[in-house]
Amino acid sequence: MSAAALSIRGLDKSFGSLVVAKDIAVDLPHGARHALIGPNGAGKTTLINLVTGMLRPDAGSILLGEDDVTALKPDARVKRGLVRTFQINTLFPNLTALEAVTLAVCERRGCAGAWWRQLTDYPEAIDEAHGILTSLNMSESSHRPTHELAYGQQRLIEIALALATRPKVLLLDEPAAGVPKDESAQLFTAIAGLSEEIAVLFIEHDMNVVFRFASRIIVMVAGRILLEGTPAEIAADARVREVYLGSGRHG
Amino acid sequence: MSLPAVADPHQHLAARTRWRAAEIVFWLATLLPFWLAPSYLQLASQIAITAMFALSLDLILGYAGIVSLGHAAFFGFGSYTAGLIAKWGWGEPLTGLLIAGAAAGLLGYLTSFIIARFRHLALIMITLGLGLLLAEAANSATWLTGGADGLQGVRMWSLLGYFAFDLWGYVAYAYALTALFLAFLVMRRLIASPFGLALRGIRENAVRMPAIGAPSQSHIRKAYTIAAVMAGIAGALLAQTTETVSLETLSFQRSADVLVILILGGAGRLYGGIVGAIVYMIARDQFSGINPQYWYFWIGLLLVAVVIFLPNGILGGLARLSASRASAS
Repeated sequence: MSAAALSIRGLDKSFGSLVVAKDIAVDLPHGARHALIGPNGAGKTTLINLVTGMLRPDAGSILLGEDDVTALKPDARVKRGLVRTFQINTLFPNLTALEAVTLAVCERRGCAGAWWRQLTDYPEAIDEAHGILTSLNMSESSHRPTHELAYGQQRLIEIALALATRPKVLLLDEPAAGVPKDESAQLFTAIAGLSEEIAVLFIEHDMNVVFRFASRIIVMVAGRILLEGTPAEIAADARVREVYLGSGRHG
Repeated sequence: MSLPAVADPHQHLAARTRWRAAEIVFWLATLLPFWLAPSYLQLASQIAITAMFALSLDLILGYAGIVSLGHAAFFGFGSYTAGLIAKWGWGEPLTGLLIAGAAAGLLGYLTSFIIARFRHLALIMITLGLGLLLAEAANSATWLTGGADGLQGVRMWSLLGYFAFDLWGYVAYAYALTALFLAFLVMRRLIASPFGLALRGIRENAVRMPAIGAPSQSHIRKAYTIAAVMAGIAGALLAQTTETVSLETLSFQRSADVLVILILGGAGRLYGGIVGAIVYMIARDQFSGINPQYWYFWIGLLLVAVVIFLPNGILGGLARLSASRASAS
């Protein structure tokens, strides 16, 4: 029995008297497709920030496979395979899509520090970046600066950059935020088609999408995990209805 | 840009680093002062030195987005190192240049550990502070630097044992221009490298870099050290070609001037610092000829006009012009 791809144990975080994470424990098995849901302000993005090292927890530990990564810096965690995307586009506006993804590939391969050889001396890195963009149907616009691309394509670059790091665990913070409904289904089809070796945890507000793509759902409320279960269990749970589905969004 | 056929990714990236005809014409034109303006060769060599200094700032500011108001620290440090070596009896120019570059690079490497931790306003204050510290240290260490009188007694040997530095500046300009061209080749290569791409990544989004596994701080330290070496060599060139070093090489004024020059020409464009240096130095020469007291008035006017009408500098304006021409035809 191998350990979970990602284990979060007893994670606490407060800003002054505001508790944003309290005793969070989550196990993400290999190949997971789990959704993290909860009302606004429940602490979902904060949890991703804690897990990826952008925030320091007050207590608790984060294990990637069997390695404790709690003390590592964000870039070191990425090198180990713990990778995130951002709810608000966090891209390289004046780099072309190909340049941006090639950069991420080079950082993973360890050639990004090479200053005496040309980028074109690393054809495998460029091919790999091109391949990632092609797999997301983006090869046609890969030579245009990121800021010129349509919003939906920029959301895809968010994912492309994460894939270029060859993640073992991928945390997607509302990958379809701001994307029209029909396009968001496409986006999630791309996510569902990711390699089975990647464990995915995604934050999403659209319940149709959540129930369609998640094998398990984790519900967070006010910095705590309310419960975790299969979509059927979550849909049947009265507490979830009360805190989230009932008073949540309409339309 | 040809939209219909999707270019091969390798060709697309290779096309960006190819030499253009305009570049070759430009570098050939830098030889013209030898024949057309021999009485201005001293000015021309100062321009080449300033251009190299601006080029070094472009690496950190234009490419990596690291703002510095104290870049003269490395210029001046290189200048004093080269001057002192010559004063103490070793007047060979090329080794002096290398030693000065290495000394400035060491200073850059040491300070880069502080620089890499900060951004934006804090960075401006820190670079400014470090620059002032060094300038005051040089001012008070009169026994070493000559203080406000400047470093006297710098005697250079002939270049390559054959070309003595002449009064008109033939050798000085040839020397400075060659050094500038070599520095430019290094920069050009660096910009087209994976490391150059990583620096642009830091400029474009410092938050995303760690999220793609990039060690931004180590990238910044490396770039800062390389820029310091280049600035130090530029400073050494000034010391060697003028056979004196003044406190002005370390001054805030010089740090501010080089920033103005780079913004004037266009930051992050490789030729921005060179074009900026040419325009700025010639303008200064002409304006100070017209009105020795108030020439900074005209420089100020020029700067405001450029920033309003050409927000990406002179080269940015030219690029926009040629782009709109291309789309019109």
